[in-house]
Amino acid sequence: MPEPTVDPVVNETPDEPNAAQVARSGNEVAARSPFQLVWTRLRRDPTAMVSASVILLVIIAAIAAPLIAAWVGHGPDEQFRKEGLTPSGLPTGPNEEFLLGADNLGRDLFVRLIYGAQLSLIVAFVATVGALGIGTLVGMTAGFMRGKVDTVLTWLMDTTLSLPQLLFAISLVSLVGPSFGTTVIVIILFSWAPIARVVRGQTLSIREREFVEAARSLGASNWRIMRVDVLPNLVVPILVYGTLLIPQAIVFEATLSFLGLGVLPPTATWGNMLAAASTGSMYTIAWWMLVFPSAALLSVTLAFNLLGDSVRDALDPRQTLFAKKRRVKKLKTKEIAK
Amino acid sequence: MIRFLSRRILSGVLTLFAISGVMFLLFYVAPNDPAATIAGPQATNDQIDQVRARLGLDMPILERYWLFITGLFQGDLGYSYFNKEPVLDSLVRRLPATASLALGGLVVALALGVTIGIGAARKPGSWRDKLGTTFVLTGLSVPTFVAGLILLYVFFYLLTVMGLTFFPAAGYVPFTENPFEWARHLILPWITVGFVAAATYARLVRSQLVSVMGEDYIRTARSKGIREGRVVYRHGMRNVLTPVVTQISLDFAVLMGGLVVTERIFGINGIGRLAIDSVNRGDQPVIIGAMLLASLFVVIASILVDLAYAMLDSRVRVK
Repeated sequence: MPEPTVDPVVNETPDEPNAAQVARSGNEVAARSPFQLVWTRLRRDPTAMVSASVILLVIIAAIAAPLIAAWVGHGPDEQFRKEGLTPSGLPTGPNEEFLLGADNLGRDLFVRLIYGAQLSLIVAFVATVGALGIGTLVGMTAGFMRGKVDTVLTWLMDTTLSLPQLLFAISLVSLVGPSFGTTVIVIILFSWAPIARVVRGQTLSIREREFVEAARSLGASNWRIMRVDVLPNLVVPILVYGTLLIPQAIVFEATLSFLGLGVLPPTATWGNMLAAASTGSMYTIAWWMLVFPSAALLSVTLAFNLLGDSVRDALDPRQTLFAKKRRVKKLKTKEIAK
Repeated sequence: MIRFLSRRILSGVLTLFAISGVMFLLFYVAPNDPAATIAGPQATNDQIDQVRARLGLDMPILERYWLFITGLFQGDLGYSYFNKEPVLDSLVRRLPATASLALGGLVVALALGVTIGIGAARKPGSWRDKLGTTFVLTGLSVPTFVAGLILLYVFFYLLTVMGLTFFPAAGYVPFTENPFEWARHLILPWITVGFVAAATYARLVRSQLVSVMGEDYIRTARSKGIREGRVVYRHGMRNVLTPVVTQISLDFAVLMGGLVVTERIFGINGIGRLAIDSVNRGDQPVIIGAMLLASLFVVIASILVDLAYAMLDSRVRVK
């Protein structure tokens, strides 16, 4: 079944010479997969490269957390009441022993920050994969089946979207008790609906395309059509939403932990580190307890959001196309004026 | 119009009804036992049974739900397990604080978001546009509680250290008591709620206005010699308002989450704070009451938005 994998539009962007030009210049025409094309575009985008480096750095630090802890010589939950606290019991600021200072219990802020990164990333990735899976399945089923199934599933999406998320999340946590698993499940529960909505919209248009009709006329089952013909065409929106969902999940986890309803202390998370800074206005005597976790949280979410935007631009070069079209239009009006 | 309204209200009531049922069921199947929580860790089984009987938790589920629903129609949401206060009373008592915070936050969000969005859209690609994009991305990335803590650190602590005590650290003063103090205590919380929410509006207004300004009728308006400012505000913004209003109703639920966090940071004794305290105490009637009230506001907001549509856009006919 002939199915165009690359939109013909893609070849018109100035980055890639079109087939005719390549042929004229005598070079061999190398077929490039859509992912190669996206990668070429992403590599030329400085914002994307900087944010990707930040994310990569944090991921490496998170993986190497035990090594870093061993190198510094402080465990994440170890309390150094002698070294980390002044005689009057106040945390010491950044020094050679504690690179980013100590917290109110004399724990090493730097080591805890890295362990917090590990936890944030794990929660965010697991929750994002879960939400993408459920969202895709629900959205695709709703869009493909239409009718009553669609009505019920769409109602479910709209209701989930209109609930006051955080309030419902905390009341759900109150039922089962806060823990790592609860946090992930709560995030998934309130994140799948926007994806399902987007996927449903895309599926509605894809199911009317010729290749789906062809597959059906060949006797393919609904399940097979959804899996083989529809799903590959949904990869782009799913990928974009996935990148944008990760920072949201990180923020969600941090907020729950900040409220004492996410991952519980002594496990280090950025949220409960900031909660410690805010309890009893600790930050007024130990600014490092507020500044470093905030900076870590902000830079990671910002990096993911910037990367998400860049990925979207790279996957969908229509914006450049619009600019081109307008230029063509202007030229035409000028010609007419002549 | 009346038919439209009554249909919307009916569907709203049904939604609330469904939510109350789900909440009730969830709390019934919950593994934690409120009677045990209230009786305390040292209580004997006998004492726990006594507490259960006193709270009416030993009745069958259907009977309890029936009592709950009939009570609801009489404005009775039950009594707090914790301090035996009627739930409705404690909610109503905290409503002014939360409403002040929410409305002020929404005003800040709209003022900031729309101003930045228009500024960016009037000259796409300019430094103003780039500044606007930076604002949007920061606003989308920063969690509410981080924004609140940083504001508190800079504007309360650093200013106080420098000898300029203007912003209080925490608390709430009722408007009726002292309007000036009311505003002084709420400025930082308003900015916290507004800053995070403003990003969405700035992005929306920018993208909508950029596309609207390319329309033919805008060219016509310009060719008539109308001032650019008037073209933007009277002709362009008119068509941007509808999506902005939609966004308000979509954001309403998110805004409430921001309120919970902001109330906690700034020590405002509102409904969000009550909800968190009740969650920590296992005070189920209050949790259910707070959820229902929050859902009620979401439903009311969506009805108001539908009405606003009809007023803003004459193409929308209310049937």
